[in-house]
Amino acid sequence: MNTQSKQIDQKHVDELYEEASYWHVNTGDEIIHAKRMPGRFRTYKWFSMSVWLMFFLGPYLRWKDSQAILLDIPNRKFHIFEITIMPQDVWLLAMVLLFFAILLAAVTSIAGRVFCGYFCFQTIWTDIFTYIEEKLEGAPAKRRKLEQAPWDFQKIKIKFIKHSLWILIGVITGISFTAWFTDALNLWAELFSLQADIFIWLLILTFTLGTYILAGFLREQTCFWLCPYARIQGVMYDSETILPTYDVARGEPRGRLAKGKPVEGNGDCIDCNQCVAVCPTGVDIRHGQQEGCITCGLCLDACDSVMDKIKRPRGLIRYASLDEIQGKEQLPLFKRPRVLIYFGIMILAVSGLLYGLLNLGTFDFKVIHERQPLFVQLSSGAIQNKYDLKILNKTDEDMHISIAVEGAEGIETQGIKEKMLLPASRLTSFTVFLRIPKNNLKEERTPINFRIQSYEKHEDSTEYLSMFYGPKF
Amino acid sequence: MSDENKFPGENNTGHIWDDNLRELLNDPPTWWRIGFHASWILVVVYTLLYPSWPLINTHFKGLMGWTSINEYKTDLQSIEDVRAPYENKLKNMTAAEILADDSLSNYVVRSAKVLFGDNCSACHGSGGQGIPNFPVLADDDWLYGGTIADIEMSITAGRQGMMPANAAMVNNEEADKLANAILAGNITTEPLYMEKGCVGCHGPDGKGIAPLGSANLTDSIYRFASANQLASIKQTILHGVNDPVDTETHNAVMPSFGGTKLNETDIKKLAVYVHKLGGGK
Repeated sequence: MNTQSKQIDQKHVDELYEEASYWHVNTGDEIIHAKRMPGRFRTYKWFSMSVWLMFFLGPYLRWKDSQAILLDIPNRKFHIFEITIMPQDVWLLAMVLLFFAILLAAVTSIAGRVFCGYFCFQTIWTDIFTYIEEKLEGAPAKRRKLEQAPWDFQKIKIKFIKHSLWILIGVITGISFTAWFTDALNLWAELFSLQADIFIWLLILTFTLGTYILAGFLREQTCFWLCPYARIQGVMYDSETILPTYDVARGEPRGRLAKGKPVEGNGDCIDCNQCVAVCPTGVDIRHGQQEGCITCGLCLDACDSVMDKIKRPRGLIRYASLDEIQGKEQLPLFKRPRVLIYFGIMILAVSGLLYGLLNLGTFDFKVIHERQPLFVQLSSGAIQNKYDLKILNKTDEDMHISIAVEGAEGIETQGIKEKMLLPASRLTSFTVFLRIPKNNLKEERTPINFRIQSYEKHEDSTEYLSMFYGPKF
Repeated sequence: MSDENKFPGENNTGHIWDDNLRELLNDPPTWWRIGFHASWILVVVYTLLYPSWPLINTHFKGLMGWTSINEYKTDLQSIEDVRAPYENKLKNMTAAEILADDSLSNYVVRSAKVLFGDNCSACHGSGGQGIPNFPVLADDDWLYGGTIADIEMSITAGRQGMMPANAAMVNNEEADKLANAILAGNITTEPLYMEKGCVGCHGPDGKGIAPLGSANLTDSIYRFASANQLASIKQTILHGVNDPVDTETHNAVMPSFGGTKLNETDIKKLAVYVHKLGGGK
């Protein structure tokens, strides 16, 4: 028996993964040094990236002497301009999440991983990091050479500056993130005077390290192996989704130019590999749609510039759907069932959100009926029920309220005063007893309505329907 | 295991089973080594910071000086700090003064729930709703008076009901008449009420006399509530309450909570709590 043949050697492993020809790249064996080229999609990318300036500048917006957007978790209050959202309204957050989740699905169904390619923080921070790398170390070829070079003074200097800048960006990212959750100006003061809470330091440290490692080292590996969205989005494509696509019919058979001229019988692809060279995730788009493609469009820029040079029409690699490439008829956007369903859900989420925001209200009012005992027989013959009124004043000002009770004849109350104080932004509870003569009760349970009204703003009122329990009839 | 290494120069351990199954001397993966070193470093740092190594007569105390009892005491202190402003005031106030102060009585109602649960709820129910043969505290009918001072007194000294067994002077028929009148709420119009001397303790209006602890016989609240209320009332009339001789008598004893059981502040708190259950006068 030949024992040697039982071994699986490196060659066989390679064969196993033959279909994934960039396996060694995808597993991070090789650092990808993508070439940067100007172009249409590169410009779009700069614009889309600038959305993230809001992340850095947002915390410094002020509104009426306080931070415009402050997600104050310790005090359980979200301040968004004029609005204050308390935990009782947290269902609004569910609407926001639903909207963005479905927006992601809708956009993916129409135009693929637009988020990945143009808006994702991983893509954008990596782009900025490699931009710095390119400015300091030069073009990809130079960078590869520098990696091989011995550690002389020059290399140490370049690397030191590069990593310092990366960490600096990480620190600013961390501070900016933290600033959304605590007063931004105060945060800087606390940081400079070293007075900040240990939790703040840890948060900034986590974000600094996270940014440094994810954007500096893991890069496209994050998209390949860490990110769930990359995989989720992949299954939301259909044959109508437009994606960066290599026009096989036009490009093949590919072949290099001979003496500066295309060879007779060859397609438009001159096998220059520019599309691979610029790819930030190191895939070859000519293999068709694949998990590594974040649809950033940089290969389109590269291919278009080459097509311009060899005087061929642009768009050998272009945003196109599978149907388009195969010459099938395409349904208009609003006749595709998936798009319609996604938009339906999005409209639902936005409607819910608007309803919630317009009806935040002044109070959160709950009436809790005492269970032990459900009711008490009094000497006078009346029946007494005990209630716990829990009233949250959602405004930032102290308020006085009146409480009215109705639902039966001859209700006597105890514990209700004419003007009851509700301190600002606090939950106040009152114990209230109701007494109703037994003869006025028609059933074992009588609905009782509690209505509260603000003295300061008469239009602010709310009610709660509770029950009055009596003996069995 | 084969004695002969068939794969020389392969960097194996020389242990070969089934002709070709062998152990190689590869380095463990980097991530594993990082994890391994991080683990023991963590152990060293942890044992330096926290109490750990046993010594001959004691143990290494750790550089941070952390102990679990200290952590407990700090936590407890932080709760007591919140309560202190209220508790300090309660000490020097009477129960009636506490009751009159909204914020203090509110504090007592929220915080004395535990005291009530520990000391009272076994007989009177978790919400003062009573249990069979034990009185309801949430209603406004009080045998010994429902003012804050009365309640405080009941808790401090306890109460023992006393109604003599009347079987010797009330026959079955008469007991029936009396019981029916009580159930109908018109006991004062029943001639036997005067004749048999009930009026002596329960008063001419039949509403009971608080210092004696006699029951109000005109309302529909019964000290010994039962599904068959008539029978229960008859039993009370014939056999009394805590009668030392009658074996069928009702037992009705509330122990004293004063002295060693509860301190004065706790009793004040409980009095306010009970008063606020719904029926305090």
